Amino acid sequence: MVSMKTGNTPHHSGSTPGPDAGHAPSAGTGTGTGTTGAGQASRSAPNRRSWRVVDIVVAAVIAVASGVIFWAWNLAYAGLSPAFAAFPPSSALVAGMWLFPAVLGGLIIRRPGAALFTELVAATVSALLGSQFGLTVLASGVIQGLGAELILLAFLYRRFTLPVALLAGLLTGLFGGINDAFIFNWFPEYTLDWKLIYVGLVGVSGVVIAGLLSWLATRGLAATGALSALASRRAHQEPVA
Amino acid sequence: MTLPISPRAGTTSARSASAARTAPSRPEAGSVFERANPLAKLAALLPVTAVLVATMDWVSSGIVLVAAVALLPLSGIRVGEFFRRAWVLVAAALVSAWGTALVGEDSGALLFEAGPVSISEGSVLAGLATGLRILAVALPGVMVFITTDPTDLADALSQRLRLPARFVLGSLAAFRLLGVLTEEWRTLGQARRARGVGTGGNPLRRLGSWLGQVFGLMVQAIRRATKLAITMEARGFGTGDRTWARESRFGAVDAWVVLGGLGLSALAVGLSVATGAFNLVWA
Amino acid sequence: MPGARITAAGWGWRHAGRPVPAVAGLDLEVPAGQKVLLAGPSGAGKSTLLYALAGVLDPADESEETGSLQVDGAVSRQLRGHAGLVQQDPETQVILSRVGDDAAFGAENLQVPREQIWGRVRDALDAVGLGEDQGICLTRDTSRLSGGQKQRLALAGILAMRPPLILLDEPTANLDPTGVLEVRDAVLAVVERSGATLLVVEHRLAIWADHVDRMLVLEPGGGISHDGSPGELLAPGRVRDELAAAGVWVPGRVPAPMTPTSTSAHSPTAAPSGTLLTARGLAVSREPVTPGWRRRFGPTPTPVQADLDLELGAGEAVVVTGANGSGKSTLLLTLAGLIPSHAGTLTAGAALKGERAGHLPDDPYRWKAADLVSRIGTVFQEPEHQFVATTVRDELLFGPRHARDPESGQRLFTDEEAAQRADGLLTALNLESLAEVNPFTLSGGEKRRLSVATVLAAGPEMVFLDEPTFGQDANTWAVLTGLLRGLVAEGRSVLAVTHDADFAAALDARTIELAAVAAVPVNPVNPVNSGESGARS
Repeated sequence: MVSMKTGNTPHHSGSTPGPDAGHAPSAGTGTGTGTTGAGQASRSAPNRRSWRVVDIVVAAVIAVASGVIFWAWNLAYAGLSPAFAAFPPSSALVAGMWLFPAVLGGLIIRRPGAALFTELVAATVSALLGSQFGLTVLASGVIQGLGAELILLAFLYRRFTLPVALLAGLLTGLFGGINDAFIFNWFPEYTLDWKLIYVGLVGVSGVVIAGLLSWLATRGLAATGALSALASRRAHQEPVA
Repeated sequence: MTLPISPRAGTTSARSASAARTAPSRPEAGSVFERANPLAKLAALLPVTAVLVATMDWVSSGIVLVAAVALLPLSGIRVGEFFRRAWVLVAAALVSAWGTALVGEDSGALLFEAGPVSISEGSVLAGLATGLRILAVALPGVMVFITTDPTDLADALSQRLRLPARFVLGSLAAFRLLGVLTEEWRTLGQARRARGVGTGGNPLRRLGSWLGQVFGLMVQAIRRATKLAITMEARGFGTGDRTWARESRFGAVDAWVVLGGLGLSALAVGLSVATGAFNLVWA
Repeated sequence: MPGARITAAGWGWRHAGRPVPAVAGLDLEVPAGQKVLLAGPSGAGKSTLLYALAGVLDPADESEETGSLQVDGAVSRQLRGHAGLVQQDPETQVILSRVGDDAAFGAENLQVPREQIWGRVRDALDAVGLGEDQGICLTRDTSRLSGGQKQRLALAGILAMRPPLILLDEPTANLDPTGVLEVRDAVLAVVERSGATLLVVEHRLAIWADHVDRMLVLEPGGGISHDGSPGELLAPGRVRDELAAAGVWVPGRVPAPMTPTSTSAHSPTAAPSGTLLTARGLAVSREPVTPGWRRRFGPTPTPVQADLDLELGAGEAVVVTGANGSGKSTLLLTLAGLIPSHAGTLTAGAALKGERAGHLPDDPYRWKAADLVSRIGTVFQEPEHQFVATTVRDELLFGPRHARDPESGQRLFTDEEAAQRADGLLTALNLESLAEVNPFTLSGGEKRRLSVATVLAAGPEMVFLDEPTFGQDANTWAVLTGLLRGLVAEGRSVLAVTHDADFAAALDARTIELAAVAAVPVNPVNPVNSGESGARS
């Protein structure tokens, strides 16, 4: 839930009424005639760091669409599951799949907290649909999202190139792996070697699936014009590195 | 295959129209779990989950699992629905158990060995404990979320927990698109087949066409999201404070739910320590 | 509550990332309470104007604004909630999952006190015919509403905000004729009651022409080209002709189908003859029948239509009509081999399978996609669902490149032939200048033309279309009907699900009307013959 605070902006003053709340439309009429809206001051001061409604909704919808994609993945690759079941640590190879919302959200929205927020919403969707990780899926979402978020922060939310995306995928993967193997420790009895191998595999998977594919998807989406309302609208024309 | 939509089939339609005389809200009738405030349920789930995360032992996992099954009548979940979901969770837990048996620390008699993997009596027991712990984390979680309406959760998160309304309601509106996007995924598959995109061929090619479909879904999802954001903004959303048509309330039942969660976790820890089974996972 | 007054002086707007402004030099004065119909060719910036009035255009975002646009003497951005907006896609007009919550959303954002909200919500829902008296409770799941109901719900949400300005951006473009009227009448009732100023953008002018005070015609990249009463502007004469030429649907005019310049491009295979597809006792359902061992755990889904007997011959045009939810699209998907039939048999005739059919099964659903694409082409309602390439040209090459001979597995077309076909279709559908453009960036009409062209590229004997004319302007309509007529004349078979009676007439099509599905009807197929070909089993 920390991410929500990260995304808090001058638009919204949280629980305490903002300084211009007094100018808000009078409750009786509800039409707001002739008044200046509460958020108006911040709207006229553009800020590429602040979240607009469209940023929030698109990030959340990416997370929801990810939920659909996870479901479709489970359907399409039901045939593969015996292979993973035969040797469970191998599932780490596709673990990047569950992490891509973080990187994709970060690359598309380009606002501080976007990676964290998108992954957290994706985790909440999983929970509401009945996750096998119960309540912990929310905490995992935060930890995984944090991986990508830290990389994007390190580049001050100014660079969204391929190397940055791969790094974000890597750290998300490593955080996800560490989360599984050491924090929630879902397999406490694995030998340390296997735990480290697991973390490494999730990292690799994160680089390829969460990093590379998200970067390609962002460019492809920008080329379709679907991102025209977002900061990444020209992603397909940006240099690769 | 059942869709991931409508996780609480029946709960919404079960609401009586009379409840809507003032404000439509959580059902006045309905199971304890359905009536409880989502935050109370999460507050109850938190310590239970925390105990299971902290220790891996038969006692704590077993107590939580027994309690979960015993509480089934309170949740209002139909038995058939419960087993349909539980079956998947059990399978997942078994896979985890098997993984630990393969690559877990060995002790006791060695049963099987091939290269880097080996199965021993110790690793099999550890595997079973691992699986039981995962199942114990999963089952109460599913019972809580299956009985939680996303709208009630959002009300509670923004009014009670004071999370920013823009983010909570933005996510809630997005969640409504889950069913729409699921339907769209199917349509995309049919539409692409009509173009000659095959679902057969070698795995790499199949993966390629699957990723194409994922891309198609993302385009539609983002286009919809952009329009939805305009709709929300045009209704005055996102500019400042707002009122709430319905109050997210805490009632007596919520106190019982929280106490129940605390009691269950205390019982699990207590018995686990008393029997000497307590086994800190980070140790 | 009085309506809002709109004043524009030299107003213009350029969207972020676009080289030219969507609107420029707009001068406009709309008095309070006027009902205005906004027309103009696509790309004239009608939606941009509505967004600006709704206060949802973001000035901070690399975009550029010129001149001034004011509502009641203030910049509309400062007046959120002063204007209510309904857009085209019903799915994005609903915000929350309970009817009552959705209607209350705007009022909450305007900080209307809780005690007042539910009264407002009930009034608003009653006004649009979605009240409890009409059998819709406040907790009704919004996903269970029809398209027309969703649009009316959006209207209720706006009404609960009590805005002096109501903006509608093609609110009925995605609806069937019943939905169109129910939404239009709800709008008129609401405006009548509230006295709000109304601005509605619509391609099909007949829906609103008799009910508005004034009509404005916007010019692409410019301001207003015509301004007058609908009666004046739409009377036979220059303005009417101009509008018609720009693709606007003027009342009482059905465009003449436009025969494409060259049809040879998509007729390389010999025209088939005889029966292409036969259905016997066909039942259709979106929910697949669960395989054997799992069936006992769940009830077998009820088919949406059952016991259909149907024969589709070469050179036939057929339209399928019927109420919402009568299973028209489901039937189309089943016939097109895209979803399995629920019961009964579906048999592809020898004429459809072709000479090199090999061991092709009878049921098209069991064909590989590569075999399907050269035999049955299906055009979906949303063109974007079918785009698979990054340029228009590649999109057209995709089908021919993937079509296979079922026996040998060899490609049906060489690269050269594929290119020829693509070029031919680019010319025939006037898409040459767009060959290297990303398909997703095309206009609505261009997307529609491309989506039809892509399924024709592999030369299918049968073409199925789902509501091909929904939301299309008159020019695209003329091209589309002309093209399909050409196909039928060549001996191919065309089947469309549509509510568009003009379309059926233009194709001289046989009509199959599906009965509503209260229960599974005994004899659901009801041939209403509008064409001359009555050869129905």
